[in-house]
Amino acid sequence: MSAHHLIVAPILIPFVAGALMLLYDDRQRKAKVAISVGSTVALLLVAAELLVGSKGNAASGGNDIGFYLLGDWAVPFGIALVIDRLSALMLLLTALLAIPTVLYASAGWHRQGKHFHSLFQFLLMGLNGAFLTGDLFNLFVFFEVLLAASYGLLLHGSGQLRIRAGLHYIAINLAASLLFLIGVSLIYGVTGTLNMAHLARIVPTLAEADLPILHTGAALLGIAFLVKAGIWPLSFWLPTAYMAGAAPVAAMFAIMTKVGVYVILRVSMLLFGPAAAASAGFGSGVLIAGGMATVAFGLLGVLASQGLGRMTANMVLISSGTVLGVVGFALAGGGPEMLGGALYYLVSSTLATGALFLLIEPMSREEGGIAAMLALTADAYGLDEAEEDEPEVGLAIPGTLTVLGLSFGACVLALAGLPPLSGFIGKIAMLAPLLAAPGFDPLLGWAFLSLLFLAGFATLIGLVRIGIQTFWATDGSVPKVLALEIAPVLGLIALLVTLTVRAEDTLRYMQATARALHEPAIYADGVFAAPRVTEGSAAP
Amino acid sequence: MEIVLSLAIGILAASGIWLLLRPRTFQVIVGLCLLSYSVNLFIFAMGRLTLAQPPIMPKGGFIDPALYADPLPQALVLTAIVISFATTALFLVVMMASRGVTGTDHVDGKESEE
Repeated sequence: MSAHHLIVAPILIPFVAGALMLLYDDRQRKAKVAISVGSTVALLLVAAELLVGSKGNAASGGNDIGFYLLGDWAVPFGIALVIDRLSALMLLLTALLAIPTVLYASAGWHRQGKHFHSLFQFLLMGLNGAFLTGDLFNLFVFFEVLLAASYGLLLHGSGQLRIRAGLHYIAINLAASLLFLIGVSLIYGVTGTLNMAHLARIVPTLAEADLPILHTGAALLGIAFLVKAGIWPLSFWLPTAYMAGAAPVAAMFAIMTKVGVYVILRVSMLLFGPAAAASAGFGSGVLIAGGMATVAFGLLGVLASQGLGRMTANMVLISSGTVLGVVGFALAGGGPEMLGGALYYLVSSTLATGALFLLIEPMSREEGGIAAMLALTADAYGLDEAEEDEPEVGLAIPGTLTVLGLSFGACVLALAGLPPLSGFIGKIAMLAPLLAAPGFDPLLGWAFLSLLFLAGFATLIGLVRIGIQTFWATDGSVPKVLALEIAPVLGLIALLVTLTVRAEDTLRYMQATARALHEPAIYADGVFAAPRVTEGSAAP
Repeated sequence: MEIVLSLAIGILAASGIWLLLRPRTFQVIVGLCLLSYSVNLFIFAMGRLTLAQPPIMPKGGFIDPALYADPLPQALVLTAIVISFATTALFLVVMMASRGVTGTDHVDGKESEE
């Protein structure tokens, strides 16, 4: 067991960086970009170190629960940050998505409004905090941090569409937060604790009469997270909001649905895992049905979408619905293998949707809409004079389209789940154990499988249609794309390729993560073993 | 006391939900405020209802916890109030921007066609 200060770093680094950037005027973009990129790179290093640390050694059974006691209170009382394999994985994914997004934004989007980089860092702080915390109420606080930052980011660039989408987005999230609070307080009322590890221990011992209240609380809590995860029918806000957001914002939002999925996975495996006696498997039916409905809804949405933005937002729905469905299966006793596959799929699809969101704007630039608008806002703000010229790269005419086309093709392969890219491996790793799992109606497994393949097919049709319109049916005018805009996309695709080439290693990590999730005792015992820095009554 | 508190929570929540579903932004924000009041009262009630009992124990010696109010829900309510106040203020700003940009206070940014 380990306790070191590195665990709090993923929260502190973006917090300090974001606060520091508030001191600078918005015209000092170079400094802001430098701080922002530095912060995200530092986050990546810390996340990688934590990930390696959470693998533990042979003595700890390959699972090392790291912890950080804020305020140094003994475990069930104070707030603890906990890092295990799953948290470390999500931290790493956040950092991997954040670096390309920041780079992309620094090519121009960050001029469109105020304090883009600060808001972005606060969003990262909220995300990392939500992944690290081991306390339900603290989770609420970090959720509000990330939501508050996301409200600002969604409105970045302003405009009628964004304000309208932002209004709906904020109203829905405020209402969901209230449900979150009701759920948390119900759980507190029954169990008398909000520490997740403590809850995992208390739930199996609860009296029969208390279970309905606990389940009500957990269900309300679940609704709050499922709104974020975009499960059908709580997902109608999502495509519009994601489509309205500026490109880098939408790319970062690709991970926001995964926060909801993460919390569902974490809390339900801890509280309602196989060890939870009477409550075991609570909510699995809803997750399976909801996940499948979400995939179906996303599939239809992809086919119905006219623009690439709305289509990609619907792919976010498909990805989130798939993972939710598999979480439901795993919760119902499907075994850790499929969950490991689902985690792999989650990483792959998050990176791929992120890359696609970044591609949208360069691909549609020739239509003149956004490029013209960019120039216009820059004029309106009168900010351009003091700055140096953009680092434009005169890519040759066929070069631009080739690079864009190949990147787009890679995203199509990854999202539609076609070989050779990682989407295919993720689907196989999920579905093969699902069909082999005993205890399920094989019809259900096959239904899920066919739904996923239909979704992949719809993705293929939708994206190919857009691709043909963009790359083959163009008339002459070729978009001018900066190297700084295409490099992040290429970086994300390189990550997808790495994920494919090193599939065995990553899958092994995911499988071990899924196995650890199936044994909540590892998490609970790990947290309870946390020693305080000062023992006993050393505090005055 | 229980019946008064539960009635208060119920009426606040019901009015809040009704207002939340109305088409005008002002109604929505008032609805959200009422809902958050009811949720705050609800959190408070989850620490069990007590009358005139302090939440902070004096130092030293064994104390019967039944004589004290549960301090945790009070701390949670305090946090929840601060956060919902801040987010509501943010929402108000967006509402005003929406009113300014679209010229209407309808939540969809345009009047519904009857």
